[in-house]
Parts: sequence; C-alpha cells; structure tokens
Amino acid sequence: MATVEARRISKHFDEVRAVDGIELIAKEGEFLVLLGPSGCGKTTLMRLIAGLEQPTSGDIVIDGKIVTDLPPRARNIAMVFQSYALYPHLTVEKNISFPLRAIGMEKGETRKKVEWAAKMFGIERFLDRKPRQLSGGERQRVALARAVVREPVVFLLDEPLSNLDAKLRNSARDELKQFQRELATTTIYVTHDQAEAMGLGDRIAVLNQGKVIQVGTPHEIYGRPMDVFVATFIGSPPMNLIEDGAHYIGFRPEEFLPREIGGASDSAAFPFRVTRVEYLGADHLIYGVIEGRAPEAHVISKLPNNIRVEITAGQKYEFVVRRTDIARFDRASGRRVDGGER
Amino acid sequence: MTTATAAAAKTDIGYRPRLADNERWLWRLMLAPAILYIVLLVGFPFFLSLYYSLSDVTVGSRDMNFVGLESYRRIIDDRTFWTALKNTLIITIVTQVFMLFFANILAMALSVDFRGKWLVRLLILLPWVAPISLGSIGWLWIYDSIYSIINWTGQALRILGPNDWPIWLGQPNLAMASIIIVQIWRIVPLATVIILAGLTSIPQDIHDAAQVDGAGFWRHMFQITFPLLMPITLVAVLFGAIFTFTDLIVVFVLTRGGPYDTTQVLASWAFFTGIQAGDLAGGAAISLFLFPVLVAIAIVFLRLARRTEVT
Repeated sequence: MATVEARRISKHFDEVRAVDGIELIAKEGEFLVLLGPSGCGKTTLMRLIAGLEQPTSGDIVIDGKIVTDLPPRARNIAMVFQSYALYPHLTVEKNISFPLRAIGMEKGETRKKVEWAAKMFGIERFLDRKPRQLSGGERQRVALARAVVREPVVFLLDEPLSNLDAKLRNSARDELKQFQRELATTTIYVTHDQAEAMGLGDRIAVLNQGKVIQVGTPHEIYGRPMDVFVATFIGSPPMNLIEDGAHYIGFRPEEFLPREIGGASDSAAFPFRVTRVEYLGADHLIYGVIEGRAPEAHVISKLPNNIRVEITAGQKYEFVVRRTDIARFDRASGRRVDGGER
Repeated sequence: MTTATAAAAKTDIGYRPRLADNERWLWRLMLAPAILYIVLLVGFPFFLSLYYSLSDVTVGSRDMNFVGLESYRRIIDDRTFWTALKNTLIITIVTQVFMLFFANILAMALSVDFRGKWLVRLLILLPWVAPISLGSIGWLWIYDSIYSIINWTGQALRILGPNDWPIWLGQPNLAMASIIIVQIWRIVPLATVIILAGLTSIPQDIHDAAQVDGAGFWRHMFQITFPLLMPITLVAVLFGAIFTFTDLIVVFVLTRGGPYDTTQVLASWAFFTGIQAGDLAGGAAISLFLFPVLVAIAIVFLRLARRTEVT
C-alpha cells in the first residue's frame, strides 16, 4: 500500500512530447484511472511509473521514496499488460510463481502463494496448462494472479480488459473492482474506454497531448468538465456545445428535454427542429438543429424510452435545459468560465 | 437473330480462358521446375553415387562391376577414414558451440538501436555473402607460415615470445584449430541473422513483464529469452551443422587434409579418394557415410523444434 506521485514528469521522444510535465498523485489504496484518446501519453506515463521508460525530466515517487533511477524490479510494482504478456513457454503455475522465484522465495512458501492467488481468480484447474491452451478470459486471470501473487505496493493495469469480448468485459470489470477493494492496493489503470473509467475509478485523470487536463471523481469529470476537451471526450453522445458570442454553451444530451418533461421554471428554452430520431433500445437519440442561430447549432437529445413523448423528424418542438445544468466555456481558450454545478 | 446475339455475347465477355485459369495444368506447370531440379541435380547424382559405391568403378577404366559392399569394407579398414570421421564430428560440434556463443552475443547487440547499426550489420554479414573459397584464401594468408599476421601481431604485443612462431597449418592441433576458426567465422553471420529474427519476434511486452516481475539480466536471459529462442536456435544449429559437416572447401584450401591426413574430413577425403585418386567407388562410399548422419541430424532437430514450439 503506497502513494504514487509523478512530479513534473516529462518524456520526449525526439520532438514528440509524449508526457509533458505531468503532476499527479495516486492516494493510498486508490483506484486511479488514466483516461484519454490514443496517443495522449497515458501508456507512456504508466511505463514511466513502472520504470520501463526513463523520464526526460521530473521524478516518480512511490511510497515517499524517489524511484526515478531504480529499475522496474526494485520498485515493488506489478503490471498487467493489454496482451497479458504471459510467458508462453511456462505453465500457468510457473507464470504465476515467476515473480516469487525472482525474489528467491523459498519453495514451500512459493507454492502456498501460488495456490492462494490461483484460488482468488478461480484458475486452480489450469495450473499445469500452457497459456496457449487457455481462453482470453482465463489468460487475463492468470495475468492478474501473476500480478497479485507477490503482493506489490502498486498495481499498474494497461487496458487489461480491451482484449475481452463485450460480455466478458462487464463481468471482468466487476471482479476487478472487487479484488482491488479486497486487496486495498493502490491501482493505476489505463484505458481509453470512458465507461470502464467511470465504472472503475475512484478518481479519473483525463489526459490529452501529454498533459493532465482534469483530475476528479467520475461525478466531477462528468458533471463539471474543466474544458471543452473533457466535455466532449466524456459522455456518449458527447456534451452539446453551441456558440454564443465569446462563449460556448454546453449541456448534456440527457439534460436537453421536451418542455413537457423538463418543466418551465428556471429553464432555458430552445426552438428545436428535429432532423432524425435514432432508436437505441433503452434510449432514443434525437438529432436536430436549434433554430435562429448562426452558425447552425446541431445538437442531440437523449431520451429514455420510458418518456412517452411523440417526437417525429421534420417537426419543431420546444426543448429546455435547466439553467443549473448549463456550462459555459471560453471559446478562445476552451476553459470553463462558470455554471453547471451539480 | 440467334446467331447474332450469340456472337454479341461472346464479344461482350471478350474473354478466352487462359492457362492461368486452368486448375488442372497450372499447378503441374508451376511445380515442374522444382521437381525437375530435384530429380536431375539431387536425385540422379544421389542414386548414381549409391550405385557407384556398390561397384568397382574408377576414373581410368570403362569397366564397372557390381562388387556389393566391398568398397565400404575397404574404407572402414582405412585409418584415414576414421580420422576423417572423427575430425568431421569434432569440427562440426566445436563450431556449433562457438557459433551459438558468438551469434547470440552479436544478435543481442544488433537488436539494440545504435548509430551506424547498418554498417555493423553489413560487416557481420560479409563473411556469409563472400564465396567460401575467397574467404578461405584470405585466411590462408593470415595463417601463412612466414608472413602470418597473427604471429606478427602476437610478437608485437609480446603475447608470443621472440622464439615462438606457431606454424598454424603445419602442426596437427593448430591446423584443426585453424579450420574450426574459419568455419566459425563463416557460419556465425547466418546464425546471427536467424537468431536476430527470433529475438525480434519476441513481443516487447514479454520483456517488459519479466522486468517488472523482478527478473535481473541473467534470469531474464536464461528463463525468458533463451527458452523462447529455442526453436529458432535449433534451426540455426541445424543449418550450421549441415553446412559445416558437408564443407570441403575450407579444408581443401587451407590444409588439403594435411599434415599427413590429420585434418582430413569426410567431404575432403571423399574428394581426394574419388576424384584426385580416381577411385570413384571408394569416394562414393565415403560420401554416402555423410548421408545417414545428416538425415538423423535433420530429423532430430526438426522434432525438437516442433516440440519446443511456442505461440
């Protein structure tokens, strides 16, 4: 159990600033998610923490000690890779025991530990098999068991769920969260999938172009995005932004409702011409244009199916947003200027 | 009317079936050169030498009688044959050991990025692309009894005493060593390239995982890298062993099997017996001794390579 701290850490590959002066702290026992589009530097940041990359400048601090110059094996961390990176020539048992043998743990003790870890992830049956004889989900469990087995102070998980199919991913996400709670080990988790980030993270750090744009709980990130990037990166469909003088006005699709539902008091009303209605099972997405604005403001409304208001394409409706749900961003800098408190 | 439409249809399609579409004949045609090559240049000589080895054919006469295993009996009685067999095995095995050692080091060095890597790669590959005979002649000068640059350098650096002047190709043990050195020099590039290919095929994630899992340099090398390289290393050894085992040029150029046949190998001994001494039957019998050994090597290694195959 430990804190992990990045102090003004930078990593440049020639001209590219993969990580550009990031300051970030993962608190003790916290599940911190690094979220961002591909190429934003999240994986590089994780590799810097692991010691697999040397920073151009700055320091990594684990448990209060500067570990920047230590090799990965001296940092007492464990990492799970997107590809799982199991050793293909070793059995599951040898895979899991590898970190223990590396620190020279005595044989009986090693056996006990391996059994403990295998039991935890329900893979006792596979101990004699080779990785290639396992399914994707089973491999992922072996990778987790190998990470857990020597009880590191920090877990680093690099998109560990992205190679699983959609159904398995949901249950694996749930299990992952439970194990992390149980072990209470500080965990840093890299993903580009916002649903994973929102579901797993105690806090989320949103990265873009090598910089941390915003750090906060899933609530804060979603409800009070700091700038246009976070506002449009988080949420599916993303936040609606319409130009309004020197500002953008922003509101979430699910907050943009027909007057009958949204009510009139303390709301901003918009004349909304519907161009298309998309049925998504649980929700409807309603695409359209807010009239009387130049340039045309294309927005989306997301209505749960249990809202029974007849909406058809080509018609005009009055839609409203509660004033407290409206965010304002500076058009030039993209920074938030006010509003949107939750 | 009907004939007109038929003609129109034909010109519309405008397509005559070609040989490239003919599944019945195309594959036969494509395979024919390879099969011809194997039959004419491998199969025919092989069976011819089988036949020669059972006869009393010589270069000097047109008579050819079937004599059964007489030629084989004759060679086995010859002490030079046993020397040659022993030398062949020693040269092959020692060469492979050193080849693996150097090829692994070079491949690991080349798998790291550094400036001027292409030049180093080129230099390492040169011995392989140069004809063996040319390379061997170069070494002949290096080993020269009067001008040997090794001796000269050794004396200049005071490694050799003022009266030490090894005759590299004239003393039996040194001559064997000289041959082995040239064989290693020649085969290391190929092995390096093969092992380098194996190294680059190991995903970086596996190396990263081993590092994070606490493996130091040696553990990483012996428990992760080498086992994963095993199948491809066996391929390198298979090639190396066969090239070295069947080579006669190095011995021919450097020592001609001398001094006193002490560095004779099976291939060179077969050449000297069959071609230079004119005893075709004897030469054929000697060279056929190579065959079962090589088949056995090939089978053993291909099986091992399959067993250690990893995904």
